[in-house]
Amino acid sequence: MDTRAPKPPRVGLFVTCLVDLFRPTVGFASVKLLEEAGCEVDVPMAQTCCGQPAYNSGDRADTIAIAKNTIEAFEEYDYVVAPSGSCAGMLKKHYPGLFAGEGMWEARAKALAEKTYELVSFLVDVMGVSAVKAAHDGTVTYHDSCSGLRELGIAEQPRRLLASVSGLKLVEMHDADVCCGFGGTFCVKYPDISNKIVEEKTANIAASGADTLLAGDLGCLMNMAGKLQRQGSAVKVRHVAEVLAGMDDGPAIGRGKD
Amino acid sequence: MSGRSVILARIRTALKVAPDDAARASAVAGRLAASPLGVIPARGQLPQKERVELFCRMAEKVSATVKRVRKAESVPKAVAAYLRARNLPASVRMGADGRLKAMPWTSVRSLEVKNGPAEPEDMVGVSHAVAGVAETGTIVLHSGADNPTTVNFLPEHHIVVVDAKDITGDLETALSGIRQAFGKGEMPRTLNLITGPSRSGDIEQKLLLGAHGPRALHLIVVDGG
Amino acid sequence: MQITSPAFKENARQALADPQLQKAMLHVRSGFIDKRQHAVDALPEFEALRESARAIKDHTLAHLDIYLEAYEEKVRAAGGHVHWAETAADARRIILDICRAAGARTVTKGKSMITEEIGLNEFLEKEGIRPVETDLGEYIIQLRGEHPSHIIAPAVHLTKDQVEADFRRVHDHLPPARDLSEPESLLGEARRVLRSQYFQADVGITGANFLVAETGSSVIVTNEGNGDLTQILPKVHVVVASIEKIVPTLEDMSQILRVLARSATGQDMSVYTTLSTGPRRPGDPDGPEEYHVVLLDNGRSAMLGTEFQDMLRCIRCGACMNHCPVYHAVGGHAYGWVYPGPMGAVLTPSLMGVDKAGHLPNASTFCGRCEAVCPMKIPLPKMMRHWREREFSRGLNPAVQRYGLGAWAFFARRPRLYRVLTSLAVPALALLGGRRGRFRHLPLARGWTKHRDFPAPERRTFMQQWREREVWKQEARV
Repeated sequence: MDTRAPKPPRVGLFVTCLVDLFRPTVGFASVKLLEEAGCEVDVPMAQTCCGQPAYNSGDRADTIAIAKNTIEAFEEYDYVVAPSGSCAGMLKKHYPGLFAGEGMWEARAKALAEKTYELVSFLVDVMGVSAVKAAHDGTVTYHDSCSGLRELGIAEQPRRLLASVSGLKLVEMHDADVCCGFGGTFCVKYPDISNKIVEEKTANIAASGADTLLAGDLGCLMNMAGKLQRQGSAVKVRHVAEVLAGMDDGPAIGRGKD
Repeated sequence: MSGRSVILARIRTALKVAPDDAARASAVAGRLAASPLGVIPARGQLPQKERVELFCRMAEKVSATVKRVRKAESVPKAVAAYLRARNLPASVRMGADGRLKAMPWTSVRSLEVKNGPAEPEDMVGVSHAVAGVAETGTIVLHSGADNPTTVNFLPEHHIVVVDAKDITGDLETALSGIRQAFGKGEMPRTLNLITGPSRSGDIEQKLLLGAHGPRALHLIVVDGG
Repeated sequence: MQITSPAFKENARQALADPQLQKAMLHVRSGFIDKRQHAVDALPEFEALRESARAIKDHTLAHLDIYLEAYEEKVRAAGGHVHWAETAADARRIILDICRAAGARTVTKGKSMITEEIGLNEFLEKEGIRPVETDLGEYIIQLRGEHPSHIIAPAVHLTKDQVEADFRRVHDHLPPARDLSEPESLLGEARRVLRSQYFQADVGITGANFLVAETGSSVIVTNEGNGDLTQILPKVHVVVASIEKIVPTLEDMSQILRVLARSATGQDMSVYTTLSTGPRRPGDPDGPEEYHVVLLDNGRSAMLGTEFQDMLRCIRCGACMNHCPVYHAVGGHAYGWVYPGPMGAVLTPSLMGVDKAGHLPNASTFCGRCEAVCPMKIPLPKMMRHWREREFSRGLNPAVQRYGLGAWAFFARRPRLYRVLTSLAVPALALLGGRRGRFRHLPLARGWTKHRDFPAPERRTFMQQWREREVWKQEARV
């Protein structure tokens, strides 16, 4: 009789380029949450970016090259998990279409898509996590990032886990499910329109009365943090994984040590 | 004919099909002949009594007013009561619809009934619907020798009589009634599906009644025997 | 109309700085969205109906040639005339010929985006025929010499006070002291002024929401009743419709009607759904003596069989723009042609060329709300991305963007090089960010720092730190 525990699932963490470069804390928070949920986590060094900047700029050739690199780097794992609805959505919803009709690569892209998840929904939907062992003293509000919400159906999962954080009070802002105006390269190609949209968002954040803003995508978070700070707001901005992992004692996004 | 042949040829080239593809032609002929039903909301699929009640409720929700009467003979009195309650002149415009004509209009003293298409100065039009649709509170009216369409649009008040037995649960059933009456593929010149009085939200999205058509839609439901 | 889509950025800048417009756009955000949601929530079959509606249009488009022929035959049998127009110019000429034959001096018009597309009003005016828009919103913008800023609410960009000023300017035969302070009084005045126009018109022109192949009927869906007065009072009724408006049967029309009004205005049904089939019948006391349908292609057949075919399912409900954050920010005129918002961002390049309309499919955050609410399940972001691909492959996007993207992609395709570069650049940037942890200005990210601070990176990249952690772990084991 085999008395050993079942082999833990091997998770390849897709760190995402923004987390890698700007907010490693989110990566370490992800590792912690996944390990606590019983996963064996590995971070393949061959990863770079999911390819969205090229994909959304119409550059299909580069997108395909980047996608192939990602597929090769991650296909050995049981699951691919990213702390981003946008990047997970790229792997899950868009990679297969890049290789439509291309036999082997299409099959490999589909296989990768099937085992790819966004972090929080993976914890709840796949690993059956219903509570975390974290504490956060304060009032937070949660922004639903577009890709996670509309491509992957992530809305209830982060709220459920946040509800289990001791001391945390979640207040909903108006239009939490409306775009923050980031949109990848959109925010630099159309800065004035992007600004108008993020101003609506920060007004809703301010009106919620929360002292901390959370979301699941670093692009959106940097956009909203940048606007809040330009406006002189005291609201702190963090990735939801930081709070869920209890790794929210360092400076908030864009806050440094001041 | 050149525009026609060019457009059809372009469509066929784009779809990569031949003009004489028998399988495609029969797919079209089949659908046109069979008129397959799609998704029918459960909302209207009710027994007669509840169906009529739903119709009245839905009509009121879109700002129509509803009066229920037992018999067709009571309609002229109900019309007169509506005019009095709103301080309207005792004069109505209507076509020569047989069901309206059979009603005892002369029993209501001093009510003037003008026949024929509507005139710009008419304040009140009276029509008889061929059907009502419970799921949305819609009435169905069609044009014809005895049913001028102008009566439905020019007067400020439109009073429509509908028999409870003609109220269907869904739009498809009402339209299949038209198909039965006129023949498959045939239609009256004008078929009006009317759901509440005229309205516009064009100024600052504020909903206002009485844009170009009637300001008020009053339904008289004849419950019958 | 003159296309200003190439100047989208400048149009948008002006729109953002226009306080009246910004005030008016608040009504879009508050009104349409809640009403639609309410109507959708009240109908459990809504999702199934979307799927049904999509399937009907897909089937129809796959057999469009045959349905058009079937429809034409029924119109002819009912005594109507069908005209086929390849281009906007063809359609204008056909309509002019009909008006001339009727000796028309005034034509009334129901709300019709297709006549906007072919620039009918300007054309008729030049030919000495006076077009009178009768839909309240269309009437208002006609007074102002503008074009619609929304496909179902043409004057949504205006405030009540602006409308009042226009009415006082144009209706100068009315007493100057009259009260026009409330929307009700403005509506009443428009109603009275337009009443006489219906009776003066020789020709009434409407669009069509559907053309039913089974019966040869044209269908208009309206709330005001102006479309009906337009098509029953003059002696000639002209329907202008594009070829993709065909549906096979009355049942198919019914399916799409159920999602149309709910998606557009949040009504279960619009007030008036009217089916017109041929001219008045012998013995009919009213209705037009002549009935014409102008079937317009104008680039649509070229969309069939391409990645843009799904766009031809569009039923012009406006839900995509009602839910679009970019549309909310800049309004419809910024898009620079007839069709604004997400549907315009796909359709305008198809009809006018991506060289002119290239900004439109780019000016989207891909938030996906348009696709989520589209009753016909049109994958709007996906098609905008297809336009970006076509632009990119033709080298139409700005050089700075191409080079920037190219340089980034070069490294993203080469993980080792990428690691080396980022492990050098990130600590440097972190150092520059200093104690504040953010930048107010960044020379290479002016688009960003014009309006927001740029968060500085944490100390080093995740990958650098992770590798150290792994090495440390291994050493600990040894």
